[in-house]
Amino acid sequence: MSIFLLFQIEVLDSALRLATPLLLACLAGLFSERAGIFDIGLEGKILMSAFVSAAIASVTGDVWLGMLAGICASLVLSLIHGVASITFRGDQLISGVAINFLAAGLSVVIAQSWFREGGRTPQLSGDARFSGIDLPFANTLADTPLIGPVYHGLISGHTILVYVALLTVPLSWWILFRTRFGLRLRAVGENPASVDTAGISVVGLRFAAVMICGILCGLAGAQMATAEPAAGFVKDMTAGRGFIALAALIFAKWRPWHALYACLLFGYLQAIALRPDLIEAALGFSVQTQLLDVLPYILTVVILAGFGGKAIPPRAGGEPYVKER
Amino acid sequence: MTTAADVAPAIELRGISKAFGAVQANKDISIRVMPGTIHGIIGENGAGKSTLMSILYGFYKADAGEIFISGRKTSIPDSQAAIAAGIGMVFQHFKLVENFTVLENIILGAEDSGLLSPSLRRARRELAALADEYGLQVEPDALIEDIGVGMQQRVEILKALYRKADILILDEPTGVLTPAEADQLFRILERLKAEGKTIILITHKLREIMGATDTVSVMRRGEMTATVKTSNTSPAELAELMVGRKVLLQVEKQPRKPGARILDISNLTVHDEKNVPRLKGINLHVNAGEILGIAGVAGNGQSELLEVLGGYAQASGQITMNGQSLDLTGAKSDGQSRRTRGIAHVPEDRQREGLIMDYQAWENIAFGYHRDHAYRKAGLFMDHGAMRRDTTEKMARFDVRPPDPRLAAKSFSGGNQQKIVLAREIERNPDLLLIGQPTRGVDIGAIEFIHQQIIALRDQGKAILLVSVELEEILALSDRIAVMFDGQIMGERLPENTDEKELGLLMAGITEEAA
Repeated sequence: MSIFLLFQIEVLDSALRLATPLLLACLAGLFSERAGIFDIGLEGKILMSAFVSAAIASVTGDVWLGMLAGICASLVLSLIHGVASITFRGDQLISGVAINFLAAGLSVVIAQSWFREGGRTPQLSGDARFSGIDLPFANTLADTPLIGPVYHGLISGHTILVYVALLTVPLSWWILFRTRFGLRLRAVGENPASVDTAGISVVGLRFAAVMICGILCGLAGAQMATAEPAAGFVKDMTAGRGFIALAALIFAKWRPWHALYACLLFGYLQAIALRPDLIEAALGFSVQTQLLDVLPYILTVVILAGFGGKAIPPRAGGEPYVKER
Repeated sequence: MTTAADVAPAIELRGISKAFGAVQANKDISIRVMPGTIHGIIGENGAGKSTLMSILYGFYKADAGEIFISGRKTSIPDSQAAIAAGIGMVFQHFKLVENFTVLENIILGAEDSGLLSPSLRRARRELAALADEYGLQVEPDALIEDIGVGMQQRVEILKALYRKADILILDEPTGVLTPAEADQLFRILERLKAEGKTIILITHKLREIMGATDTVSVMRRGEMTATVKTSNTSPAELAELMVGRKVLLQVEKQPRKPGARILDISNLTVHDEKNVPRLKGINLHVNAGEILGIAGVAGNGQSELLEVLGGYAQASGQITMNGQSLDLTGAKSDGQSRRTRGIAHVPEDRQREGLIMDYQAWENIAFGYHRDHAYRKAGLFMDHGAMRRDTTEKMARFDVRPPDPRLAAKSFSGGNQQKIVLAREIERNPDLLLIGQPTRGVDIGAIEFIHQQIIALRDQGKAILLVSVELEEILALSDRIAVMFDGQIMGERLPENTDEKELGLLMAGITEEAA
């Protein structure tokens, strides 16, 4: 009986894998919300991308084509959100909710009509899904004490999208805080009038942010449906991860590195829920699996209730920009 | 003939017109602004000053008319074009990103390349140079939200200078400034003018026009009614041109006839949420039939005094109203209890504390007094009809325009919003009226009316506590003047025995003993 059982490489490894779609979605939301467009449609976009990428991968046998198709599907939903909330200055929450409903219904209906397998896609295998990549020297180092298990067991062997997600964190930070585009994007989420009076297009910047959000959600969906050990799309497979990503975003106070930490925490809670045996061994008593499954959602509620410290969202968030007199 | 006529105007507008729907905001406006001058544009709220300047800055497109910059016809389709033409604008509401640094705000939209760090480095150098040239010192790494309004305005001016503006437009620049900050601003403007910049100053304050400008143009209802040399005109003439009728700039009032003591404040102390003392043992009293004016630079405790008396801040000390003490903490220290004790309050910030901007006029008039029996139906329900009828009457008595009880508060001009608040509070026949910044952001015509109402209330034998940062207003209205500085009363004066100079020293915390 040791608490360390809960932190063994195997658990951390699956935590990293489970955190990946959350992280991509969280960074997607980060770009959108930093530009002042709230997006509760993350969930819908991930789901749609998960379905389309699995469907196209299954039909063509090429997971890369599947991923591209998933990104396109997610971008289409992003565009709808952008047109509704930026061009027509509609309510961002309503547009987001609509996208969630649309994706939840559409994905299952189309899946049923195409594949006739009860709203799921066929099992993916071979080149139709992403498999793990062994990083250089992973096998040679496997038996080295300390470094070996960490490098071979935890860092190496993930699918490409896990590494992409991890690299997106410093990249996002760099874009947001070290480039002209990032400065303007953050400004448009704080005070769009400052950007407008500087002669820069508020609409253009916000659309750019929404598109980035679409691409990242597309990647998150592809990871969920087509990367090992997943093997296809299942109805409602996102199970609220888009909303958990939003909670992580608030927890991270809209900062990329903190988004990584928050998502790893959520990923870890999901990973631990998969191993009730370890929990029993570590704690000495068994915990109901249902209770473990709801842990991430409980944490979400706790964060949203404001226990994660005061989080100040971008000041112009959720408000359509109208030129004032 | 080698006079000013040979020099091309820095800006010339010819026949500019602009309509918003049915409202003609600008009608065939022509104006010439000579380089190296300060040109004032004065007019009441809604006269079309800001629209005209927004057209010049590329925010709106004129329906008709031409723009010439330094003699050359220029089209300004957007702000980028205005900036390229050398025009910089300092808006009334600053266009700054609150959680960005000064430096980041300066380069926003004028970055040199895709990466920020070279731009930031250059901006830091240029800022130091501009600070030397114009005396515009700022802390480049401070966050906007951490610096005062005066400093924020300086950042806006620097933004324009960084973009190589030769023509600087300032829209109501002193609306948010303390008198000291305003003086400083005008010194900066003089310096900019001396360096050859052209400045357009939009304001509705006659004093600023007379004090700072070389030429002044007057606008009324979308039209340019006159352009005159400032030295050839007078405040009275400008006021008449603005309003379209003669305006009394001086308040006429009879000598006071003070009655019984209404309000007595002793040793009043207030601490803010950080436990910093904001009021440090204040002693004051107000009698029936007199106006006690509280002078002082904003932020020296006047707001806290009004909040305590109005019933939305906790305090320690003693306050008696008509001889009976008021609760300063607990349930009986709220605004409702204050009203039942005969205290009415016209708050300093009418848009945040005095009105609910999205509510209609009649709802605002009833609000706070909605439990009144006259507003009840069958003892249980609110009688909206009665509320609206009452509002219509009050709007007529207070000359609120337009007299439509169903219009949202935000649709009225500043002066008419203030009249709505005044109508609600004065018509309740209070023993004591608290009134903060009664004419802030109010048109000159409405100022006259509001001042008359305050005097009339005093002549009915009511006690009035007036807080204003406008020294002129304090001197014009008050029967006694108390000066506040740093949460303390620096002294009391009678208006006939004092002047702006003496009060100004007291406002800065300097007493005769020290001077």
